[in-house]
Amino acid sequence: MNLSLSSEQEEIRQLVRDFAEREVRPRAEEIDQTSDFPRDLVDKAAGLGLLGILVPDSYGGAGLDHLSFALFIEEVARFSASTAVILDVHVSVGTEPIVLFGSEEQKRRWLPDLAQGRTLAAFALTEPEAGSDAAHLKTSARRRDGKYILNGSKIFITNAGEAGLYVVLASTDASAGAGGVSAFVVRGDNPGLTVGPRFKKMGLNGSAIAEVHLEDCAVPEADRLGAEGDGFRIAMRALDSGRIGISAQAVGLAQGALDDAVAYARERKQFGKPIAELQTIQNKISDMAVKVRAARWLTWQAASLCDAGAPFTMEASMAKLYATDSAMEVTLEALQVLGGYGYLEDYPMARRVRDAKACQIYEGTNQIQRVVIARELLAIS
Amino acid sequence: MNFQLTEEQRQIRETVHDLCLERVEPRAAAIDESGEFPWDIKDLFAKHDILGIPFPPEYGGVSGSALSTILAIEEISKFCATSSLILAVQSLGSLPITLAGSEAQKRKFLPPLARGEQLAAYALTEPGSGSDAGGMRTRATRQGDQYVISGSKTFITGGSVADIVIVFARTDQDGDAPARDISAFIVDKQSPGFRVGKLEKKLGIRGSPTAQLFFEDMVVPAANRLGSEGDGFRIAMRVLDHSRPGIAAQALGIAEGALDLARRYARERKQFGQPISAFQGIQFMLADMATQVEAARVLTYTAGDALDRRQPGISLTSSMAKLHASDTAMRVTTDAVQILGGYGYLREFPAERMMRDAKITQIYEGTNEIQRLVIARELLKQP
Repeated sequence: MNLSLSSEQEEIRQLVRDFAEREVRPRAEEIDQTSDFPRDLVDKAAGLGLLGILVPDSYGGAGLDHLSFALFIEEVARFSASTAVILDVHVSVGTEPIVLFGSEEQKRRWLPDLAQGRTLAAFALTEPEAGSDAAHLKTSARRRDGKYILNGSKIFITNAGEAGLYVVLASTDASAGAGGVSAFVVRGDNPGLTVGPRFKKMGLNGSAIAEVHLEDCAVPEADRLGAEGDGFRIAMRALDSGRIGISAQAVGLAQGALDDAVAYARERKQFGKPIAELQTIQNKISDMAVKVRAARWLTWQAASLCDAGAPFTMEASMAKLYATDSAMEVTLEALQVLGGYGYLEDYPMARRVRDAKACQIYEGTNQIQRVVIARELLAIS
Repeated sequence: MNFQLTEEQRQIRETVHDLCLERVEPRAAAIDESGEFPWDIKDLFAKHDILGIPFPPEYGGVSGSALSTILAIEEISKFCATSSLILAVQSLGSLPITLAGSEAQKRKFLPPLARGEQLAAYALTEPGSGSDAGGMRTRATRQGDQYVISGSKTFITGGSVADIVIVFARTDQDGDAPARDISAFIVDKQSPGFRVGKLEKKLGIRGSPTAQLFFEDMVVPAANRLGSEGDGFRIAMRVLDHSRPGIAAQALGIAEGALDLARRYARERKQFGQPISAFQGIQFMLADMATQVEAARVLTYTAGDALDRRQPGISLTSSMAKLHASDTAMRVTTDAVQILGGYGYLREFPAERMMRDAKITQIYEGTNEIQRLVIARELLKQP
């Protein structure tokens, strides 16, 4: 048992913390208010090699582990959860399926650009009628003249319109359920792929989330990931590490909220003394701090199991469930510590509450995480 | 023991419900989006005598019952929390006059409010004095038959649209007994020296203007003082006892609106070949939400009924209602967004607005931390 970060991980943590404080913090409010996609921050993160954090160095990446990835996303999310989710989706569900399941030729073709940030990635699984029920996709892929023709609609796709490559899940055999799903890499400039208007959302303003439509979208056979029918397994594996990223995002949101609540409690005076001296505030701060720390440990546990090559599906679900529920509770409670000021959009607390809610929903709703955990524990399918 | 509403109360509830379903619900999203005060809804409420509900008939109103006011606020809040504040703040701003005004003050100020020709607001909070009224800086100096008031107020709901504002100010400067240093005044927005500062951008209740108010040597006739000098703090506390059940009603309505939305969505949305309402995970969420809502309803109605019967111990009852109903609203709306999943997170659906609106009910009219303080104090002083 070794519960400390390696010196390399400490170095990465310092690097991403500096990046977050210097570059992300000053932009966070503006990104929320304008809802503009923060391409500048994506480019700056790319300049530091962070977009290829999970890509092996032989393909132009940094070749780091999932714990380093979690540190990266947490630090960014302390200030801007929408920037964090853009980066998270690119690194995990957008790029990692190619790292894990791509052929040598596919890796050589795609990974260097993804690792260097010249191309941004997205992941298109969810459909209007297939959210939690991801095995029953309506999007179809039919083979014709050495190509696949994709038809269907995807919804809630992060980085839609900004991505150059989309990992798309489609059904190659509708009668086979989960076993009939295949994964494809579709270029953003494929004429058969169009992106709907960006959704107006409660939060995560700045992260582009939209529908992606596939109309007679022709994809070369060489762009299928894995074998036909491997898609569901690829998607589930992608989501397992995606959940590490979302857990880290939730930890960052909660840590940022806690930091601000602590600072405010020490400054704000009521009844002749700082509210930090009131027991009710102390109780809130303590409860928040315990949740943040437990969430971070769960996240790191899932990441280190993944890095050790051990099974980590249940641990990733536990981390995602606990960290995102904690982020919701902690951001709401931190806002409460700021009272009326917390409710104003001049302070980052209201934004954090709006952003935190998404974490309980995407990358598998928390209801689905409970199903995953229960299935593993009860050994049922 | 009788938990039945009277015929009058049932009628008020039904009238307000039907009107809001038809006229307020279709406006709710646009009110939130624009962040502008919905004058059309204010006129609608005035025309249909909804703004007259908190006022007794002898002052131009239609009821004067706290429970009736609660029922109306609850029904409006099911559809639009911002719109419910038009009534809740009309009630809050007029309560100091109803509870502590002279007969002459009541005759002069209440009828235009009851008819909805004028709007009222309540200005207690200051930048350095939120939960702690002892820290109040605004001062009122007597000069002959006038007072000169200087200072500022913050987080004043409806402060920019009100015609009259109840302003609390320090009349005794030595500060040895904060509870007896404060007086309350009825201030006309036309008074020279009255200025509205910036409107706040908020997480929710976005169509309800939250204003800063500035008073620069503002002159107010002594005849507009409520009660005696030094009565202000007592008036403020009594008003809050009466108004907190109104915020409880707002929270209750928000929670009911969210529960209803989640319930209907759960029956329609299909995953894994069946409606998601067939899954125990969703069923139990709905069951918990409904139980919390029902408890909030009983606490809120009980507080309203206790006010109407002038029962003792109202601080305890009304703080409990406010605390429980607002915590419930926060939980239930958060869960409602969750049940709607990704759709719940979109601005196209009302769930996320309900969640943003719910948060304020835990903060204003005394934060929930202050409610716990009030409840504990009342409990611990009993023999």
